[in-house]
Amino acid sequence: MGLTGIQIFKYLPKTNCGDCKFPTCLAFAMRLAAAQVRLDACPHVSEEAKKVLTEVSAPPIRLVKLGVGDRTIELGDETVLFRHEKKFNHPSALALLIADNLTDQEIEQKIQQVNNSVMERVGQRLRVELICLQERSADPARFAQVAKKIVASSEAGLILSSFKPEMIKAALAETAARNPLIYAATEENYSQMTALAKEYKLPLAVFSDKGLEALSSLAEKVAAEGVEDLVLDSGARSSGRMLSDLTQIRRAAIKKKFKPLGYPTIIFPGEGGGDALMEAARAGIGIMKYASLIVLNSIEKEMLLPLYTLRQNIFTDPQQPMQVAENLYKVGEPNQDSPLLITTNFSLTYFIVLGEIENSKVPSWLLVADSEGLSVLTAWAADKFNAPKIAKLVKKQNVEEIVKHRKLIIPGYVSILSGEIEEELPGWKVLVGPREAVNIPKYLRDMTSSAAL
Amino acid sequence: MAYTVPKEAYNGKINQVEVGRNQHKLILGGEETLPFLSFEGKAVSTVPLALEIQDINPTEDWAPSLTEIYGSVMDNPAEWARMCQDEFKADMICLRLAGTHPDNGDRSPQEAGKIVEAVLSAIKVPLIILGSNHVEKDAAVIKHVAEVAANTGSIIGKAQEKNYKTFAAVATAYGHKLVALSDLDINLSKQLNILLTQSGFDSKNIIIDAMSSTLGYGLEYTYSVMERIRLSALQQNDAMMQMPMICDIGEVTWKVKETKATEQDQPAWGAVRPRGILWEVLTALSFLMAGGNLVVFRHPEALSRVRSILAELMATA
Repeated sequence: MGLTGIQIFKYLPKTNCGDCKFPTCLAFAMRLAAAQVRLDACPHVSEEAKKVLTEVSAPPIRLVKLGVGDRTIELGDETVLFRHEKKFNHPSALALLIADNLTDQEIEQKIQQVNNSVMERVGQRLRVELICLQERSADPARFAQVAKKIVASSEAGLILSSFKPEMIKAALAETAARNPLIYAATEENYSQMTALAKEYKLPLAVFSDKGLEALSSLAEKVAAEGVEDLVLDSGARSSGRMLSDLTQIRRAAIKKKFKPLGYPTIIFPGEGGGDALMEAARAGIGIMKYASLIVLNSIEKEMLLPLYTLRQNIFTDPQQPMQVAENLYKVGEPNQDSPLLITTNFSLTYFIVLGEIENSKVPSWLLVADSEGLSVLTAWAADKFNAPKIAKLVKKQNVEEIVKHRKLIIPGYVSILSGEIEEELPGWKVLVGPREAVNIPKYLRDMTSSAAL
Repeated sequence: MAYTVPKEAYNGKINQVEVGRNQHKLILGGEETLPFLSFEGKAVSTVPLALEIQDINPTEDWAPSLTEIYGSVMDNPAEWARMCQDEFKADMICLRLAGTHPDNGDRSPQEAGKIVEAVLSAIKVPLIILGSNHVEKDAAVIKHVAEVAANTGSIIGKAQEKNYKTFAAVATAYGHKLVALSDLDINLSKQLNILLTQSGFDSKNIIIDAMSSTLGYGLEYTYSVMERIRLSALQQNDAMMQMPMICDIGEVTWKVKETKATEQDQPAWGAVRPRGILWEVLTALSFLMAGGNLVVFRHPEALSRVRSILAELMATA
């Protein structure tokens, strides 16, 4: 399948107008063949060409959207196997499983747990994005009633889980507007499930635990009936099968352009047995290795913080270091006499410096300069962390009104800046701090005990 | 459309390194695929999990989640090592000679040697002996302790660019494997392996330390450097990248506030004990997914959890 660059070129306008941001139509065609750009980057392509080329320009893994409005969740559309090649596009979405045979009170608690799952880290708001309602009651009225309740009390995305089409049908009447994922079409029910997905224009999960051959042929049958927003479940529940299946699905889609597996994936790491910690450990492997949607049985805070952090780490753009906002940060409860330190806004630098100031137990002010995400030495070398910038930042952040003293502690590696900063900031004294953050606690403790401030 | 399993053809494989003594030898490495992908070849089949102990009681520095487990045994490295081996079933013990650091007791090589001797006689499992990460002092200490541990097939470290010659000489003389540490960069890592090899050291006795970080604090850098090292070993058949990799994660993990702050201090973060354990578990799993062959933990439950996950990962489907 797929066309070569030359074959694609024949369908393009051949005007070399450059509107696609490539110098020539041929260059654009080559990129299209490699699935590195999208066809809609060319505003002049004819309708006929569009029809022919849509297939080749489609991303190797289809982009599937769940939910609505600003709570829309995007899955799939990945183009690489390893994060150092290119940023992974869509972080694994997390869902909490709620069974419809729980009591109303238990259900309400779980919904609130999802609503209250927001945590902030490095300027990002992290949350559990969806609720997966699982049918166990065998009662369509009950399933529909709980689905309706979830939609009324939460803005979360929704997964409706039952292998019985009549259950899904009952719940959809009240919840289709939320754009839920229907879980799941199987070998037995797929024509009815596909009909429902088509009727309501909804994404559909496809389940087969009979191997990837069976899963791909089922996905192909469903797609042939006109539902193309699919999510794959290979039935893998232990770490080993999960890793093996998800790797094969991702590779087949990206490297072999094998369309029947070119969809996002869903896993249920708690179904492999064990407690919440084992579930979280398997979910972690899913985050690293290609799970698009992760349905959890429990989302206690102590499990969520590590999972959120892992997701943030894995899905960071490797070309663009994570940054924190330029600001004057409080560490502990500093007052106008507390020490003032400065560092750069590379998130790793910030975190390490922050952590060591906290370890010192000396309340302090930490001034963070925008160095475009570079660490101290690199930023200094690139002239992104220099005396005029630092002086400007001190003024901009009103530091002179916040602290009474006029002493600024700079990182030991840029001691060379001290004279220049003192020139830029009349009345200030620059103190050269340690080179390595690990020595900050000793430095601050010695300083406060000798009352240098 | 028929599905065919998308296997990769690799040119290279990871060195197999045998460590330890007598009937208690262990294998690191030897795999011919990316981690745990047994559908395409011979996947890694042993990943030893070690627990870290220290020569001086680190109660002051270590998180309460750790000190409450080890308690008074932390005063006695030999007892501590035995506890890790017998009670917590560590596959290896990692003795960090923290007390030899000039700022942390400045113990002499001879004092360190006595502790190494005591620990070796207390345990049967293989030993990893690490310095205090002070390049000059480590070189002085290792000369002596490597001799004390002669012919035990231990792993010693960490050799860095500034002291690798001393490490290489004593590792060869006394039959140890060598941890080669470089600053979180694939080229620096390769460079150090080349330097070691050019100095006459057998590259089959090197273990790469790509410099471990912890979850939330640079994990993605270590993860990607390790993945790239593994890919160049397997795809490019680069002999200078085919060494097994060690993941020394306990030290970096139990330093950050997410593993230490109590629920009283950080109500939004939940219970501190499971949070800290999961922090170490996810850090370990990340580096195992990126090609790690040996993990050094501080929390015994993190070790046992990772062992359970490893059993799942290695089970033939």
